[in-house]
Amino acid sequence: MSTPIKETAPAPAGRPVARTPLPAGGRRGEGVVLNAFSHGFLALWALLIVLPLLWLVLSSFKTDAQIGGSAFGWPRHWSLDVFARAWGKGIGDYFLNTVIVLVFSVPLTMLLGSMAAYVLARYPFPGSRLLYYFFVAGAMFPVFLALVPLFFMVKRLDMLNTYQGLVLVYIAYSMPFTVFFMHAFFRTLPTAVFEAAVLDGASHTRTFFQVMLPMAKPGLISVGIFNTLGQWNQFILPTVLMQPQSGSDPERYVLTQGLIQLNQQQGYAADLPVLFAGVTIAMIPMLVVYLSFQRQVQAGLTSATLK
Amino acid sequence: MRKGQYRFVTGFLLVPVALYLIFVIWPYIQTIGYSLTDWKGQSQTFRFVGLDNYRALFQDDIFLEAVWHNILFLIFIPVITILLALFFAFMLNAGGRSRAGGVRGVEGAAFYKILYFFPQVLSLAILAVLFNAVYRSDGGGLLNGLLIKTGLVDADNPVEWLNEPNMVLWALMVVVVWHGVGFYLVLFSAAMQSIPRDIYEAALIDGASRNQSFFRITLPLLWDSVQTAWVYLGIVAMDMFVLVSAMTQNMGAYGGGPDHHSDVMSTVMMRNFLYYGKSGYACAMGVVMLLLTLVLSVVTLRATRRERIEF
Repeated sequence: MSTPIKETAPAPAGRPVARTPLPAGGRRGEGVVLNAFSHGFLALWALLIVLPLLWLVLSSFKTDAQIGGSAFGWPRHWSLDVFARAWGKGIGDYFLNTVIVLVFSVPLTMLLGSMAAYVLARYPFPGSRLLYYFFVAGAMFPVFLALVPLFFMVKRLDMLNTYQGLVLVYIAYSMPFTVFFMHAFFRTLPTAVFEAAVLDGASHTRTFFQVMLPMAKPGLISVGIFNTLGQWNQFILPTVLMQPQSGSDPERYVLTQGLIQLNQQQGYAADLPVLFAGVTIAMIPMLVVYLSFQRQVQAGLTSATLK
Repeated sequence: MRKGQYRFVTGFLLVPVALYLIFVIWPYIQTIGYSLTDWKGQSQTFRFVGLDNYRALFQDDIFLEAVWHNILFLIFIPVITILLALFFAFMLNAGGRSRAGGVRGVEGAAFYKILYFFPQVLSLAILAVLFNAVYRSDGGGLLNGLLIKTGLVDADNPVEWLNEPNMVLWALMVVVVWHGVGFYLVLFSAAMQSIPRDIYEAALIDGASRNQSFFRITLPLLWDSVQTAWVYLGIVAMDMFVLVSAMTQNMGAYGGGPDHHSDVMSTVMMRNFLYYGKSGYACAMGVVMLLLTLVLSVVTLRATRRERIEF
């Protein structure tokens, strides 16, 4: 998708392919065998994806004793109680914390990222190229490199275990990808529209918000989904930044953090159905987002990797 | 630039650049400074100790073992994931052959692509809980349950997937591969679809078999994507924090069991930072992780460099 397609030179490099024509019948036979073969493998992998997930969702309807007994029993009571219990046992709070953070971090990431990308893409000024690489370079380094000083930086700002602290950190760490992606997008937008807007007397700010941003909508949707998924699934940053700092501090765990917490508590107080129900609850929004936008999700994630 | 543009440009860049500097760039730089101190983290007092932390790292058996585990992940995770993804992508895009002799994907390719990709949108935390249940060391675990049912494993003596020193790394690798194959399949599919059909058809007329068209046409033209996949999977293999810390037994904190047999650099680092309070030492580990990541990227890109084929 990023490789330019040229009309000329259709021959691949290397030696020319061997010319050993197969008899027509033989080729058809090969086709049938290989089709069965490939379908077999494809179906097998599909099962390997679906089965564990279904099994886990099913297990949330079982009792603790049933879960420990055998992997293959069917649940005896199909009651939704367990989901209510999981919600009450913390999943609800974790879910809410995640939503609160994302409601602020995703739109702000999009806004600030687009602003920076737009200026870097369309306003040539000395050092703009450098600044762009400076933004994009952030994606190359492991986040572990920053963790220790980041913790103390947020602590000094008195923002440990606060929503606004996590929101700011999420925005900062989403910058490289957002700037990179939107930069590419703003470059492809036609200049004529921009010039027309300027001629009509629109200010730069107005041109950005009323002309360029609406035109970049497809790109914004892709980046938006990507950032939502990325921030929803983030684990290491909240683990370091969202720990209660004293006994009176409220627990503001996000969903991923809370699930791992519950998972590790299993040794002391086993309530596996609640844990599995929690995972199911955490999975549902992802499934919904993915199925509604699967084209954009796949395209967005792939093009992010290819460059 | 015209008048007023500088103000606009500065205004638009101010907040994003400031946030990025404060929370990303400055901590990156500080890490290098802190790695040269004996900072404990509780107070702002620390001594400059030069390269002592790095010297200690090379005598820290737990860290060295963790590096070795990362290297094992670095070798196996990309190889297995890329091979499976290439295989499935080729099946999906060129597995079927229409009666007219053309090359096309198998039926249901779109469905498979949607399904295979799904694990990628699940968080690693969900994966950790899921596979903890799958790997349960009694009949209640999916794997042990299956093996007991089929009579391959004795019910009184099931496999301790995550507690066997020789097994635990492989068990973790399976999770990463399960998670990643769909994504790289879609990545390779996108690249395959940009290969013009007539190349395949020309080869087909010349009598190329499916294997030949894969190795002589598809793979060379896909090389850029494979290279990218390698680097990305390498970064995954260098991390592994969530899975190891959540799925393996606790050695004080942040997993790594049994007896450090699954420790990786990131878990050792987090344990030193948040559990032992050795911030300076943890920073040195962060720097080593950075250097290894850079070396990995450069080596991969060099080693796999080929003449770029344009079409």
